[in-house]
Amino acid sequence: MHKMPGIVRFLKRNAAAYMFLAPWLLGFFVLTLYPMGYSLWLGFTDYDFTKPDATRWIGLGNYLKMFGPLFGQSEFTASSGEVMRADPYYLKSLSVTFTYVFTSVPLKLTVALALALMMNQRLRGVSFYRTVYYIPTLLGGSVAIAVLWRKLFEKNGLVNAFLGAIGFTNLPGWITNPKYALGTLVLLSVWQFGSSMIIFLAGLQQIPQEYYEAASVDGANKIRQFFFITIPLLSPVILFNLVMQMIYAFQAFTQAYIIGGGTGGVLNSTLFYTLHLYIQGWTYHEMGYASAMAWVLLLIIGVLTAIVFRTSNLWVSYGSGE
Amino acid sequence: MKARTIVRLTLTHLFIITLGLGMIYPVLWMIVSSFKPNSMIFSDPGLIPKAVTLENYITGWKGYAGVSFERFFANSLLMCAGAIVGNLVSCSMAAYAFARLKFTGRNFWFAVMMTTLMLPGHVTLVPRYILFNTFGWVGSYRPIIVPRFLATDAFFVFLLVQFIRSLPKELDEAATIDGCGKLGVFLRIVLPLTVPALVTTALFTFLWTWDDFFNHLLYLTEPETFTVSRALRTFVGDAGAVSNWGGALAMSTLAIIPSFVLFFSLQRYFIQGITTTGIKG
Repeated sequence: MHKMPGIVRFLKRNAAAYMFLAPWLLGFFVLTLYPMGYSLWLGFTDYDFTKPDATRWIGLGNYLKMFGPLFGQSEFTASSGEVMRADPYYLKSLSVTFTYVFTSVPLKLTVALALALMMNQRLRGVSFYRTVYYIPTLLGGSVAIAVLWRKLFEKNGLVNAFLGAIGFTNLPGWITNPKYALGTLVLLSVWQFGSSMIIFLAGLQQIPQEYYEAASVDGANKIRQFFFITIPLLSPVILFNLVMQMIYAFQAFTQAYIIGGGTGGVLNSTLFYTLHLYIQGWTYHEMGYASAMAWVLLLIIGVLTAIVFRTSNLWVSYGSGE
Repeated sequence: MKARTIVRLTLTHLFIITLGLGMIYPVLWMIVSSFKPNSMIFSDPGLIPKAVTLENYITGWKGYAGVSFERFFANSLLMCAGAIVGNLVSCSMAAYAFARLKFTGRNFWFAVMMTTLMLPGHVTLVPRYILFNTFGWVGSYRPIIVPRFLATDAFFVFLLVQFIRSLPKELDEAATIDGCGKLGVFLRIVLPLTVPALVTTALFTFLWTWDDFFNHLLYLTEPETFTVSRALRTFVGDAGAVSNWGGALAMSTLAIIPSFVLFFSLQRYFIQGITTTGIKG
């Protein structure tokens, strides 16, 4: 029998598949892998977009710039010998973002689950309700809605008009008050619970009705049924929603940018991580620093996702329900 | 039905309707207010305008820096069209390879693809910007459209893989026996059957591109190239102050119309897209 050389055999077997995969592979190498490596390197330099030739290696300088204030260091010497100043706003942006993620995601998922449970009863018009509740999600990420949100929560906006009508006085301008500004963004995020709700609803519809019937024959009330049937069987869906929403929330940008008019708002109360990154990289041309910030964000999201997955075997069951 | 059940269901309906109304009230108010005279927008929280005017649409339409919203809408549509074509071609090709073809390294590349799904885009942001700037692409639509032709939206690859895997394999096999090559099977058998998932892909590509702001902010530098979302931002001043609220609300209302129309005409594709990939929001 004629025997082909290995390389020809390999090509013959794989050429077609790799041709179909070619655009994705090219995109992966040129637009993902190479940029990741490049930005890792940039993170150790003082790369300035307007004068790339003056780029110097500054070691951990960018990272000290971020976390120096944690150790009370406002100035330090980078490995290039240059004296650098710590970023006074980095930790603020980190705390704003964590507050946002850890309030908006649980609230959003709770509301989404509650509504999904309500709609999972054999109710007429569920598909219509589902449509209405999805509208905020459909529009929520747009500049249009962010502009509207500004208007709603201004001192003389719609929200205060309502609160005033039912007797409240001395109402603040929610957007311009650093105590409340982030709250309006959390609300904007919770308002968009539509897609989480639809995913929960699809998950609930997978749970066999017989489980509930059997449980109520055994005398389990609704609350016990919820905790011992619904939650365990829905737990993979909860995990999925939790991880996806968390990853999205860390990357929120548009709302904060529009509401703050391109800044972090009053006293940087809405200085989202990505907004700070954008300002550093594109307003101040500190692109080395912005790259380092991006890597820290990647690590934060990676570690948190890993923690969620690791702890998930404590509360997620992949039983016979699915 | 038992009386208690009827009461419970009625209360549930009432609750869902009230909450739903509350939720879409801001959007309804925006639409109504865009027809109110500028001076009344501030004073009137109601849905029934005391006076109706088109003035906001006229002043808003004038746009920014001498470029009108006609241009911004045309730009947005053009960009969306390019992005949709790119995603349809590149994502369906990759999905076909992953779902149907056997090749060395398939599991490895599939795992890589799934990893990029979770990757926050910011980590590639600066180098991509530098790269596109080297090509002289900053200021054009290429930094936004070209990546779509390279299947960088892994969500859609995943969506299409899931869909193609669910198609019966016998059809491919029959076509192969009839002498169809892999390209033939892809074009004549798989693609026609994948139309529902392709519609979902096109739909979400449209919405994401239409609503995207960050990339438009980065790459569109001249007012002539602005998209609708980039142009809306010009209503908000740098300190966050808005001078022409009426115009802002009027153009915001126009900006959400395409999403509305698509949503109501293609609802079932939305549900599919959301439940298989947990798409956004």
